[in-house]
Amino acid sequence: MRFWHPMPWTARFGAVVIGLYALLAIFAPWIAPYGEAEILGGAFELWGGDHLLGTDNLGRDLLSRLIWGARNTIGIALATTLLSFALGAILGMAAAANTGLIDQVLSRLVDVLMAVPSLLLTLLALSVFGPGVLNLILIIALLDSTRVYRLARATTMNVIVLDYVEAARLRGEGMVSILWREVLPNISAPLIAEFGLRFCFVFLTISALSFLGLGLPPPTADWGAMVKENAALITFGDITPLLPALAIALLTVAVNFVVDHLLHLASGLKE
Amino acid sequence: MTGKARLLRMILGRLVLGLLTLWLISVLIFLAVSLLPGDIAQQILGQSATPETVAALRRELGLDQPLLQRYLDWMGTLLAGDFGNSLSNGRPVADLLAARMGKTLFLAAYAAAIAVPLALFLGILSAYRRGSLFDRAVTGLTLTMISFPEFFIAYVLMLFLAVRLPFFPTIADYGSDAGLIEMLHRTFLPAMALVLVVTAHMMRMTRAAIINLMAQPYIGMARLKGIGPLRVILVHALPNALAPIINVVAVNIAWLVSGVVIVEVVFVYPGLGQLMVDSVSNRDIPVVQACCLIFAAVYILLNLLADVLAIATNPRLMHRAG
Repeated sequence: MRFWHPMPWTARFGAVVIGLYALLAIFAPWIAPYGEAEILGGAFELWGGDHLLGTDNLGRDLLSRLIWGARNTIGIALATTLLSFALGAILGMAAAANTGLIDQVLSRLVDVLMAVPSLLLTLLALSVFGPGVLNLILIIALLDSTRVYRLARATTMNVIVLDYVEAARLRGEGMVSILWREVLPNISAPLIAEFGLRFCFVFLTISALSFLGLGLPPPTADWGAMVKENAALITFGDITPLLPALAIALLTVAVNFVVDHLLHLASGLKE
Repeated sequence: MTGKARLLRMILGRLVLGLLTLWLISVLIFLAVSLLPGDIAQQILGQSATPETVAALRRELGLDQPLLQRYLDWMGTLLAGDFGNSLSNGRPVADLLAARMGKTLFLAAYAAAIAVPLALFLGILSAYRRGSLFDRAVTGLTLTMISFPEFFIAYVLMLFLAVRLPFFPTIADYGSDAGLIEMLHRTFLPAMALVLVVTAHMMRMTRAAIINLMAQPYIGMARLKGIGPLRVILVHALPNALAPIINVVAVNIAWLVSGVVIVEVVFVYPGLGQLMVDSVSNRDIPVVQACCLIFAAVYILLNLLADVLAIATNPRLMHRAG
C-alpha cells in the first residue's frame, strides 16, 4: 500500500472527495430528488421545505441540478481530458521515436499553439465552429493536447536512449511494441500526475466557458452555467449562486492535493 | 566574439523569433475562418438563408477571393488600422475596439501593478523560509486559490465587499469622466480578483525558481565560506535569479489575459474581454478575430520583452567571451 500509507492528510482528503464526486456523478439519477430540467415552482424560492436549497431562476430544484451537474460537468471534462491525452501522448511518443519531418512539423505547430493563452484560441474556434458539446470537447481537447504532447515527447526522448530499449530493438521488436511495452510503463508516472493537472485545467476551462454562456446548451445542468443563471441573487446577499462554483472549487482542490502527492512520489520521495 | 556582440546577436535572434511567432499566429487567426468544412457564410446565416443573402455575405467576408489574396488584403487593411466591419451591427471593428481597449488595459495594468511585486515578495520570502509555517500557509493558500474558478473569486469578493459590506460598487464601469481616484475605487474589486488569481500562480513559480537556484553548488559554496544569508541572497543568488523571475512574470501574464475576460463579464465592465465574449455568442467573427489578435499580440510582445530582458540581465552572458 505504497500509495495510501504515507499519504499526507491533504491527499487523503482529496482522494475521499474525488470518490464522493464520482459516486454522485454515476448515481445522479437515483440520488437527485427531482429531474434535471423539471420546473417545479416559483423562481428563486428560499432554502428549506420541498426544495432543500431552494429553486433557481426558472423554478427548478437547485439541489437536483447540482447533483445532475456533477454528472454533466465532470463527464464532459473527463471525456475531453481522455481525448486530449490519447492525442497528445500518441503524437508525442511518435514524434520522439521518429525525430524527423513529423517531429519538426508537429513540434513547431505546438509551439505556435502554445504561444498564446489557450482561452483566446478556444473562443476563436467556438465562434467559427459554433457552440455545442461535441465542438467544445474537440476544440478544448485539441488545444490542451499540446501540453501532453510536449511532456510525452520529452519523457520519451529520455527513455528511448536507454539500454533496455536498445536491447528490445536488437531483439527485433517493432517500434509500436517498443513504445507500448518498453517506453510507456516508464513514462507513466509523470503522465498520470499530468493527467490530474490537465483535468483540473480542462474542468476549469469548461466551467468558465459555461459561465460565459458558451458551454453546454440549456437546459442541461452545468455548474458554470448555474452560477451565471442565478447570479442576480448575489446582489441581494444570497450565497446560493456560489454553491455550484464551490462544487467546482472543491473538486479542483481535491484533485490538486492528490496530484501534489503523486508528483512527490514520482520525484522519488525526496525531503 | 566579444560578450557584447554575442549578447546583441542573441537578442536579435529572439526578436526575429518573436515576430515570426506573431506572424504565424496572425495566419492561424486568419485561417480559422477557412478551416470550417463547408461555408462560413451559410453557417452564420443558417439553413433558411436565400442564396442571394449567402452570396452577399460571402462578398462581405471576401470569401469569393482566392485564399492568398484574402490574406494579403486582410493583413494590408489590418496594418492600416482597419479591422473590417462587425457582422452584427455593421460598425467598423476598429471603433468598437478603440472604445474598450483603454478600459481593459487600465484594469490589467492596475492588477499587474499590485500582483507582480506581491507575488515576487511572497515567493522569495517563502523560498527563503522554506518549510516554515509561513511557507506552508502561503503555499497552501495559493494552491487553493489556483483551484478556484475566476468567477468564484470574483463573486465572493462582490458578495462580501460590495453587497454585505457596501464598500465598492457591484458594477465596475467608471463612465467617461471619472477622476483617477474614482476609477481606482470602482475597478478595485475586479482588479483584486485578478490579483488573487495571478499572484497565486506567479508566487508558486517564483518560489520554485528560487528554491531551484538555492540548490546550486555555488550557493552552497558561498554559504560554506561563511557569508551571511542576506548577502548570499542579494549578491550571489539574485543576479542569476533575475532571468527566471522575469520569465515567471511573463508566463503568468497568460492568467491575466484569460482572467480579464471572465472578470469583465462578472463586473459588467465594458472592456475587450466582454466584447469578445459577446461577439463569440453572436458569431461576429471579424470582431472575435480582432480581439484575439490584440490579446495575442500584447501577450507575445510582453513575452518577447521579457526574453530580451532576461538575456540582457544574465550575468553569465556578460562575462563569457567567445
